[in-house]
Amino acid sequence: MALASNKIKSIGAAQSPLLGAAMFSPAVLYILLLVGGPFFLAIFYAFSDARIGNAEMHFVGLENFRSILQSPSFRVAIRNSFIFTICSQIVVTVGANILAISLEKTFRGRGLIRFLILLPWVAPIALGAIGWKWILDSIYSVITWALVAVHIYKPFSAPMWLGEPRLAIASVLLVHSWRLMPFSTVILLAGRTAIPKDIPEAAAVDGAGFWRTQLQIVIPMMRPIISVAVLFGLIFTFTDMTVVYILTAGGPFDSTQTLPSLAFALGIQGSDLAAGAAISLFLVPLLVIIAYFMLRVAHRAEVN
Amino acid sequence: MAVVETRDLTKVFKEGQLGAVNHVNLETREGEFLVFLGPSGSGKTTLLRMIAGLETPTSGEILIGGQVVNDLSPRERRIAMVFQSYALYPHLSVYKNIAFPLKAQNVKKELHKEKVEWAASLLGIGALLDRKPRELSGGERQRVALARAIVREPAVFLLDEPLSNLDAKLRASAREELERFHRRVGTTTIYVTHDQVEAMAMGDRVMVLNKGVVRQLGTPTDVYDNPADTFVATFLGSPPMNLAELGDVIVGFRPEHFRPAPTISDAAVPFRFKVENIEYLGSEWIVSGTLVGEKLEGKKVFSRLSSAQNLQLGCMYDFAVPQSYLKFFDRSSEKRVAPRVVSWH
Ligand SMILES: Nc1ncnc2c1ncn2[C@@H]1O[C@H](COP(=O)(O)OP(=O)(O)O)[C@@H](O)[C@H]1O
Ligand SMILES: [Mg+2]
Repeated sequence: MALASNKIKSIGAAQSPLLGAAMFSPAVLYILLLVGGPFFLAIFYAFSDARIGNAEMHFVGLENFRSILQSPSFRVAIRNSFIFTICSQIVVTVGANILAISLEKTFRGRGLIRFLILLPWVAPIALGAIGWKWILDSIYSVITWALVAVHIYKPFSAPMWLGEPRLAIASVLLVHSWRLMPFSTVILLAGRTAIPKDIPEAAAVDGAGFWRTQLQIVIPMMRPIISVAVLFGLIFTFTDMTVVYILTAGGPFDSTQTLPSLAFALGIQGSDLAAGAAISLFLVPLLVIIAYFMLRVAHRAEVN
Repeated sequence: MAVVETRDLTKVFKEGQLGAVNHVNLETREGEFLVFLGPSGSGKTTLLRMIAGLETPTSGEILIGGQVVNDLSPRERRIAMVFQSYALYPHLSVYKNIAFPLKAQNVKKELHKEKVEWAASLLGIGALLDRKPRELSGGERQRVALARAIVREPAVFLLDEPLSNLDAKLRASAREELERFHRRVGTTTIYVTHDQVEAMAMGDRVMVLNKGVVRQLGTPTDVYDNPADTFVATFLGSPPMNLAELGDVIVGFRPEHFRPAPTISDAAVPFRFKVENIEYLGSEWIVSGTLVGEKLEGKKVFSRLSSAQNLQLGCMYDFAVPQSYLKFFDRSSEKRVAPRVVSWH
């Protein structure tokens, strides 16, 4: 028995470098082929004049970056990317906290409500976005219909939710928030259950009311988990192009374009691969910063 | 006017089940140290939580300072509670932990520093104010929890097994410190424990609970020397009181009163005692064995002696219990009854 266990141990110990390499090689392969490959291809394209349907390609230096930086739609796209990402995270964090607080107590039908809240997350993003496109449509919008029905607007004078730049930005923001809310809520609910019950009880005995307990005790205690939710949300929103693409296709007049949707519009739809590649490279430094913070949060969670 | 009073207080968690707390009537005395003692699951915590306002009673009343507080929130009851886990706020420094009740109760900001420092010095944790709870030892955490409780100068202190998370050695010194602390501040204190030694050592009065029912409320000597029923008689004392059924009564006697016959000069009941096990505990000996004789043949009993060197395993000895130390309990109700004459043999 002792011999056998010794042997097993020695196999594990002697071959663990190889075994370890074998175990993580699929991950490395995956990253190299599906992430690294396109990434280096994008860098390569960004310094060229590659176009779809044109086999010839020349090195053009920083020319692509210069022309992008001068283009007004790029500036709008970068502004929108930040607006959508940051504002939706604020909306989502506040909303998800409220939802998590209200879903924490047990009541009849809680399971059903939890399920319904989770739906936007489990449904394909395109499906949800198409649903919203109908809800906000210029002719068939149910919101407009409801507002007309209660006589807030006269028929045909109601706002065009996706047709006016400001409203379109607000609409995209709304759909992004709707989309991320479930994810954030579920994470925060899990975070809440991890807080021992006697801590809010101690706060109650200490004389704190509901809001003080939430704002000064419970939510600060959930800071690591909220950071995780926010960082994930930032990445999801920042890199997403489906919502904008389906709702407005970047319009009207490129006013809701984001970095990914503009890169797609120019690079794929407009056949200017080089410009598309250059635009998407602007995502990289920002995502690196976010990734850095994610690793820090993860590390801190490990240490505690 | 009692600081804390309960009237017929009952808590039933699930309808149709036995209550966790049943018809408890209680009145604290000003400044006393009252201990709730009972085995695990006897309803001590539930009772304490109802007094604190963390649990809603099923029926009955709670009064604090003569006023019914059933409908008041914990915040409005002016109580302080120390939780079994201490429930320190992990993201706040010790200073901010102690200051939290002041902030929550809108005490003027200028007074915070002075009050926190007063509470911290009372518990000897003045040097720890900048630390986070996770940087503290168990004993230090317990003191921070106490400081956080005392800082608001509450009408009553509720403590739920505050020593149970400490190791045995620390527990003894923490116990003594708590007693000193109580003498110093003089605040009425309700203290929950399942440890009879703690209860006896610390309590001005001890309330013994079992299955949510108050079995006895009295001074430590009362509950030990004059137990109200067989539960109290066997729950207190280690080893517990020896009980023997004789007809319609149960007769009980403490191990320390069951001694070799020659050492007893008063009127005593004699027994033949067969020694089966001897434990040496340093300051005393615990001898266990069986009685030999008609009615009580084979009855297992304990004796606690200051010396058992001349006893031998497997041998029979003449033991006896002084008549005055015998306790009598009714066999069906298990409640204590007046001494009576029983036929032993
Ligand atoms: N929240 C609760 N829900 C249901 N039953 C409970 C709850 N809290 C306590 N109980 C039950 O009530 C009884 C008394 O518990 P408790 O007051 O914690 O006892 P103790 O503190 O004396 O160990 C136990 O049987 C326990 O299972
Ligand atoms: Mg308990």
